Amino acid sequence: MNVRLYVWQRGTAALMAPLVLVHLAVIFYATRQGLTAADILGRTRGSITWGLFYGVFVLAAAIHASIGLRNILVEWVPGLRSRAAALISTAFGAVLVALGARAVAAVVLG
Amino acid sequence: MTPSGKPDLSVSIWRGGADGAYRTYSVPSRDSQTVLDVVTYVQRHLDPTLSYRFACRVGMCGSCAMTVNGRPRWTCRTHVSRVAKGDKLTVGPLENLPVVKDLATDMRPFFEKWQDAKGVFEPSKTRDDAIEPIRPDTRQRQLADAGVECINCGVCYAACDTVKWNTDYLGPAALNRAWTLANDVRDAGQTERLQAVASGGGCHACHSHQSCQEHCPQTLNPTASIAGLKRLTALAYLRGEIEA
Repeated sequence: MNVRLYVWQRGTAALMAPLVLVHLAVIFYATRQGLTAADILGRTRGSITWGLFYGVFVLAAAIHASIGLRNILVEWVPGLRSRAAALISTAFGAVLVALGARAVAAVVLG
Repeated sequence: MTPSGKPDLSVSIWRGGADGAYRTYSVPSRDSQTVLDVVTYVQRHLDPTLSYRFACRVGMCGSCAMTVNGRPRWTCRTHVSRVAKGDKLTVGPLENLPVVKDLATDMRPFFEKWQDAKGVFEPSKTRDDAIEPIRPDTRQRQLADAGVECINCGVCYAACDTVKWNTDYLGPAALNRAWTLANDVRDAGQTERLQAVASGGGCHACHSHQSCQEHCPQTLNPTASIAGLKRLTALAYLRGEIEA
């Protein structure tokens, strides 16, 4: 891992720390209050705030996880070139962004 | 049985190159006996073809590091009574370095990485300039002093998981050296050094397992030095002083 990847991984970790806490608090609130799926969607649909919150969360998680996967591949797969590890981890990050964006769109749009 | 009444030590020593094997010797047990004493006894009395390195015998030169009962140690300062398991010793070459023969490893990768990390002092003055006074109580000098007593024994390099996994990784000793120089206000090669240790095999590859700190015979803390380099390089990168 070079300094650029290090800054991105630590930066996204710092960004996600408060996001995870808010996410957990929302889960506890939703379950303790007995909110139904319809109740939740009623609050999230059309909400720019929740769209931004989870959109940023998805991007940060995808960047953070793909850099981590790249490190694992470089250290644990013998003979794998760093370029191949970068390609695989970038593809993995793209899949995370696509899946995450689909989930965010499902609760915010429509 | 020795004159002291103690049973002989059963000592397994690595013989040959990378494809060698352990061979077992019986060595008389003595009081205050070091692992280096044991290896020397085997060579002087049992098998003169045994190859190993040592020089000072007092923990200064860093030549005699070996793997003793699975752990990297400086053998001249390691007492048998502290590490033997039931009168048994296993002595092998250091891990993470090519074996030349028996207990002697090829230290070139270790020292080449020292060079790659720019572990050389770059003077900022000439011999015609006055000697710059450095106060020992300044923050930077204290940080440098904390890591400067490295004896280049290679124990941390042999103990490091990241070195094992990532052949490009510069390793704890070279990065610790870079950190001491990074805190030397007289040094003129700071940007180049930070650039060198911010590369793919540099300080950011460290997982902070702290095996280097655990095993360092000089009780240095290379993990802390590497953490310092991570901070310095990250700030230098954000300021645009170095590239990824």
